Amino acid sequence: MDLFSYILKRLAIAIPTLLLLIVISFLLMHSAPGGPFTSERELPPQVLANLNAKYGLDDPLWKQIGNYVWGIVSEFDFGPSFVYKDRSVNEIIAQGFPITLTYGLLSFAVAVIVGVGLGVAAAVRHNTLLDYVAVGVSIGAQVLPNFVMAPILVLVFTLWLGWLPGGGWQGPEYWIMPVIALSTSFMASIARITRSSMLEVLTSNHIRTARAKGLPERLVILRHALKPAMLPVISYLGPAFVAMITGSVVVDIYFSTGGIGKAFVDSALNRDYAVMMGVTILVGALTIFFNLVVDILYGWIDPKIRY
Amino acid sequence: MSLLQIENLSVTFDGDDGPVHAVNDLSLAIDRGETLGIVGESGSGKSQTAFSVMGLLAPNGRTEGSVRFDGQELLGAEPKLLNRIRAERIAMIFQDPMTSLNPYMRISKQMTEVLTLHQGMSKRAALAESVRMLDAVKIPAAKERIRLFPHEFSGGMRQRVMIAMSLLCKPDLLIADEPTTALDVTVQAQIMDLLGDLQQDFGMATILITHDLGVVAGFCERVLVLYGGRVMEQGPTEPLFAEPTHPYTRGLLDAVPRVDDADAAMKAIPGNPPNMAAPPEGCPFRPRCGFAGEDCRVMPPLAPFAQSRARACQRPVAEVTA
Repeated sequence: MDLFSYILKRLAIAIPTLLLLIVISFLLMHSAPGGPFTSERELPPQVLANLNAKYGLDDPLWKQIGNYVWGIVSEFDFGPSFVYKDRSVNEIIAQGFPITLTYGLLSFAVAVIVGVGLGVAAAVRHNTLLDYVAVGVSIGAQVLPNFVMAPILVLVFTLWLGWLPGGGWQGPEYWIMPVIALSTSFMASIARITRSSMLEVLTSNHIRTARAKGLPERLVILRHALKPAMLPVISYLGPAFVAMITGSVVVDIYFSTGGIGKAFVDSALNRDYAVMMGVTILVGALTIFFNLVVDILYGWIDPKIRY
Repeated sequence: MSLLQIENLSVTFDGDDGPVHAVNDLSLAIDRGETLGIVGESGSGKSQTAFSVMGLLAPNGRTEGSVRFDGQELLGAEPKLLNRIRAERIAMIFQDPMTSLNPYMRISKQMTEVLTLHQGMSKRAALAESVRMLDAVKIPAAKERIRLFPHEFSGGMRQRVMIAMSLLCKPDLLIADEPTTALDVTVQAQIMDLLGDLQQDFGMATILITHDLGVVAGFCERVLVLYGGRVMEQGPTEPLFAEPTHPYTRGLLDAVPRVDDADAAMKAIPGNPPNMAAPPEGCPFRPRCGFAGEDCRVMPPLAPFAQSRARACQRPVAEVTA
């Protein structure tokens, strides 16, 4: 089977996967107590019944799911928000996702470049000061949660030094702290995986052959060791990439970035069914897609993998 | 002057349980065009000797002594100098052809990079030369198959690729570290025949490292018998095999199964190879030696005793050969 039909097959499998995701999330969501119109001041029963009728919440669940999926398939319409009366889910995602995508992609780039660089350097200089520092930094970065790191960043760079704006989303200087806060722990994981995988590759026989061929160490690393050493890193990068571009509620809250991370958490708290479903489907579809990308990359690195 | 002259080489590995003495006070010399066999069982230090020459020891390995190639000291040499000598003047082929080629790279790239790096060839010229070399090691349809990846070749074919790759720069010295150990018996014979032919054609000196006495007998002019990281006996292949003068060599040759006498029991050497983290005092073979005496607690020097032959044993020649 060639690569093209493999991709088609994987995309075809993605459809039932997504449907299953929709059904399960839908049922889970509706089994949670309360609803979008539950509030402290109880609505008169007639008003509540009218609202439920307007949003179709009085239909049986199977019909609600059916209508919802049909709306997506026929018009790519994820429905109106139940809480923000004048906004549709498409609008909410269209507004928040570009922001999340911007700082997510930047974070991904930073995490990969710094993480792989640090990991390779540590492996090549195994058991030297550089190695110890790299391991120390990545352990430190890994154990420092971003909800601790974010306020520390604001404290240092906004309140003490006054170098960076503390929140908002108006230009590149607003990107720096969100990217640091989001990328650090991913960077640390990438560095650790790269280091251990590189150390293993460097002891393999074909690296000894490369050295026996008189290749300078730089070429031995870059040409012969880096590619196989990336295999375990890439399987980590698929889910990590999705996690980064779909944002982080911590980043959205501390830096008031306005990404979909916060929208997602708010929707869950408000029982804003439509927004919740919309973001869930977005994350699910991206996860499925980038797992496919990872599998294709695997085949590109390792010629023994055939589709 | 010998092409390669090793003097008093010792290789020590720093392990968690103290140092391991893999090679002790080893000296050998090989001339241009000569074929030398280094024979010994696993752990006798034969591969580590080869790795010291190539500068390929594991990072926890230390060397003492001297390895001079064409007058140049290789131990502790700058990586730049080593990289010029590797592949260009000393090439090496390894035991396991399954893993010694890069599984993620086409054969064409693995071969041509040697030529573009060492001889400044263009990619096109390097590819043509690589195909020629694959033809020389009798790989059919070399022009097409050079585009393949290693896993698309059989074990014997991969070892042919390794041999072709090692000979690209027409080295003065080829070190073959157990080149046939991982292969089927029939393929072994083909590979040894091929190596013999190429040695004749290219005229390079060859060090063949093996534990297979039959392979040595067919290939090498001279043999060095290693045990416990020390040379036990050395000399021209024929007289050494006809009349071994060291108890270890004798034990090895007695242990070769005989085809002409099916009923003869195989004579094994009693005991196990020494633990090189705590080697026995004096001669390393002493605990397993039928001739050993108290004086063997002192290691005798490797002393010449006949035309180009030398041995390291306290017992007189006549006593061992009797």
